[in-house]
Amino acid sequence: MALNKDSKVYTLAIALAICLAGSVLVSTAAVVLKPRQEANRALDRQVNILKVAGLYAPGIDVGEVFAERVEPQVIEFASGEVATDIDPATFDPAKYEVPLSNAEDIAGINSAPRYGLVYLVRDEQGEVSRYVLPVHGYGLWSTMYAFLALEADGSTVSSISYYQHAETPGLGGEVENPRWTSQWEGKEIYDASGDVAFSLVKGGASADNEHGVDALAGATLTSNGVTNTIRYWMSDAGYKPFLDKVTRS
Amino acid sequence: MSEAKKLILEPIADNNPIILQVLGICSALAVTSQMKPALFMSIGLTAVCAFTCFFVSLIRNVIPSNIRIIAQMVVAAVGVILVDQALKAYAYDMSKQLSVFVGLILTNCIVLGRAEAFAMSNPPGRALLDGIGNGLGYSAILLIVAFFRELFGSGKVFGFEVMPLVTEGGWYQSNGLMLLPPSAFFLIGLIIWVVRVWKPAQVEKPEFQIHQVHRTEVL
Repeated sequence: MALNKDSKVYTLAIALAICLAGSVLVSTAAVVLKPRQEANRALDRQVNILKVAGLYAPGIDVGEVFAERVEPQVIEFASGEVATDIDPATFDPAKYEVPLSNAEDIAGINSAPRYGLVYLVRDEQGEVSRYVLPVHGYGLWSTMYAFLALEADGSTVSSISYYQHAETPGLGGEVENPRWTSQWEGKEIYDASGDVAFSLVKGGASADNEHGVDALAGATLTSNGVTNTIRYWMSDAGYKPFLDKVTRS
Repeated sequence: MSEAKKLILEPIADNNPIILQVLGICSALAVTSQMKPALFMSIGLTAVCAFTCFFVSLIRNVIPSNIRIIAQMVVAAVGVILVDQALKAYAYDMSKQLSVFVGLILTNCIVLGRAEAFAMSNPPGRALLDGIGNGLGYSAILLIVAFFRELFGSGKVFGFEVMPLVTEGGWYQSNGLMLLPPSAFFLIGLIIWVVRVWKPAQVEKPEFQIHQVHRTEVL
């Protein structure tokens, strides 16, 4: 055999060839399967919105119920106005991102879009019964994404659902535990003067605390992240102008 | 034919990767609280293991020996990514539930162990069968463990209610331990015991024997 299998050139060439073959396979799979994966993700998003809106039951036609009861709207955060010139179906928040200064960035998200999506959930009579607001903020390891559903008064929480995060399973990962999220029901985001008063309380919130939910045991940084997420998105930089506008009318 | 049969069947009871070689314990603890994720994990690992063994065996003669482990890892990593992508496209809920454990198939000692120990010195056909066999051996244990954990932990099998729980108005008080990963240790231990009673050949010789010392010998 003329080839020296232990020579550096041979080793490098083989390593390169294996990597090339591997990357071709992997990228082919990624490209071919992408449309299906995206459809799954979109469906998952709708399911999560229906769940947080209290409309989900196993076996329902997600697309149909969503189209019937949920109305997506694009709003401008600063003014709280509905941006009628942007189509919610094709809206991509990444296009409108502006960087945040350190003082503004309490939720650890680096940049925030100028426009955002809100979902108006209508009851059987067509009246808006809930607002579903997508929120996100940094926890311990990852940016945590959630849908927060508020009652028609724009302050009372009806539910929250974390649908994407990479916190420690069993500790910070408990943000998605239904037993924990059920505590959020009926809590008030704003106090009487209209400031954000909601927070997670370390050591447990007392029963009469209408702005507090128990912090997660063993997950101080995740809990802080959750509090900061709510504080940011419910402030004037977030959904407050919009909520003020719709609840006043 | 009989050889193919042997390659596939031997790792299930006689040379099981989990209970005899004691590999891949980590994921066997993590994904066995219910049958469904355990089944998907089993399929995933069997696919990755067969894929890796086959391709490692195909290129076994061209891999320089000083980078052979890395080369095996690359092949296994490709297999894992393919499985992960396929799950995301065709079984999205499952891929969310299995989350990191799909990626961690790569670090499953069974895959690398079989690639290094068997596929590197055997032709692709046999390596493929060996990969499938070991994947099935892993799957068998995973499904047995998951069956007992789901049944006694949540009173269900494959999500179908068998024993209604007290908390949902039934009569069965669930066993909380079964929901936690350590219970898989006990179950795997019991399975090893049962299998070794059935097949005494698997019983290892004691590594050392306690020597009876008599007073007279010391003096």
